[in-house]
Amino acid sequence: MSEQAAEEKTPSGAGDGELVLSVTELVAGYDRIEALHGIDIEVRAGEAVTLIGANGAGKTTLLGTIAGLLKAWRGRIQFAGEDVTRWSAERRTRAGLALVPEGRRVFAGLTVEENLHLGAYSRARSSTAEGLATVYELFPKLKDRRRQPAGTMSGGEQQMLAIGRALMSRPKLLLLDEPSLGLAPLAVREVADALVELAGRDTTLALVEQNAQVAFHVAQRGYLLDRGRVVTAGSVDELRDDPRVHQAYLGQPAQ
Amino acid sequence: MSEFLTFTLTGLGTGTTYALVGLGVAMVFQVTGVINFAQGDFVMIGGLSFASFAEAGLPEPVAALLALLITTVVGALLNLLVIRPARRANRERLVILTIGASITLEGVALLVFGADSHFASAFTGGDPISIGGARLPRQYLWCALATVVAVVLMWLFLTRTRPGTAMRATAMDTDAARLMGISPARMSLLAFTLAAALGAIGGIVLTPLQPPDASVGIPFGLKAFTAAVIGGLSSPVGAVFGGLLVGLVEAYATGYISSDYKNTLTFGLLLLVLLIRPTGLLHRASVVRV
Repeated sequence: MSEQAAEEKTPSGAGDGELVLSVTELVAGYDRIEALHGIDIEVRAGEAVTLIGANGAGKTTLLGTIAGLLKAWRGRIQFAGEDVTRWSAERRTRAGLALVPEGRRVFAGLTVEENLHLGAYSRARSSTAEGLATVYELFPKLKDRRRQPAGTMSGGEQQMLAIGRALMSRPKLLLLDEPSLGLAPLAVREVADALVELAGRDTTLALVEQNAQVAFHVAQRGYLLDRGRVVTAGSVDELRDDPRVHQAYLGQPAQ
Repeated sequence: MSEFLTFTLTGLGTGTTYALVGLGVAMVFQVTGVINFAQGDFVMIGGLSFASFAEAGLPEPVAALLALLITTVVGALLNLLVIRPARRANRERLVILTIGASITLEGVALLVFGADSHFASAFTGGDPISIGGARLPRQYLWCALATVVAVVLMWLFLTRTRPGTAMRATAMDTDAARLMGISPARMSLLAFTLAAALGAIGGIVLTPLQPPDASVGIPFGLKAFTAAVIGGLSSPVGAVFGGLLVGLVEAYATGYISSDYKNTLTFGLLLLVLLIRPTGLLHRASVVRV
């Protein structure tokens, strides 16, 4: 049953919106070590997709390559109708592709508001106020701390800032790399709720997440990666019952 | 005692210009990861073109503006023609490239300005001012004033403007800055251009005190490097402190021993810092990124 899902051209549960991201036979890696061996995924407008898999499956490499921080060795990345495979990361950001990187990577020495302003760097100055209002509405805590250096905040607050900062660019696609990693349980909940809220507002997002509960709570469908390959794809309900998904998350043979 | 005070004041006066040039080194290093050994050549070009224009009869403010303009263009060209094409090179190679660029700039300066020193008179006439028995030529006050103005303007730029904040962000985390849509290549160009402007200002105000020739670039570059290293290459305050310290060491060496030893002692200081505290005398652990 799951093999059948893997062979399907359009994974079940896929939206019928416009194609925002299409990755074709992507091969990439760090230095000389190949980590992705030909990945095909696609994301359509308005959907929330999760990329799941065990450590070393290549999830972070995949997001980094899509965002342009890592070079694609072979294959193609199409975003919003354009072939962006050879574009720099900064050009992809300006085109509407935003990544919330693993470990949050907020600018620790800058204030919350300076971080958010930088998120809108690729946009006209006039749109900043509107962007700030949206982010502060989603994360009221950030507003209270807007003059505080980002490095002095808790992990959960920094994650909210990292997400808010990415939203400031009004992305057509929001990529999130392990947003709940290393957060306290309460913060995990807050971040998950915010992502559900975003997905409900028709934000297109692709989420890498080791917390299966969060991943399945936020996304409508997903891809299971294993050692640099897509093993299966399907709706969240299908994936939830797939023994290979259990194995990936628990690191042990399926029962 | 008044002798000591004189040496201290003149040392601090010239030190402010070393601070300015050292700030340029620290800024370029922070934003690009490159130690720019051609920084001293910005001082040389700024000073020589200022003196040449002044000798040619241009009013001093005009000569200073032209010198500033020429030097910033040289800084931008250095970035576009040498650093940018080699952006995939590792840092060691980039350092060697800046040393090569420095030697090239010295050669070009020899062709343009000749081998002789060029002179400019002090910005304002009048007797040296008397401070507690020490006599200080007024030009040293110009050095201090120029440094204070340049540092304040730089601080305003870095903290109050969008490109300035983007530059600080690039210094903190280049990849995260790229994810904001900030181009590291443009930030590198901006850093080199600003560093050239800082060097030029130092060269211009120092010209009446130390008439420049085409060979002063490398010693200036090393002094700026010393100033920046004393500050741990990361803190503007450290670079300023380092510059003042270099100025003092040089003034005491000249005053109490002989001007022949001023460079020896300054670079001895550099060696000492590199051997004992390679992270800088003022270095503190930077803010931890969680």
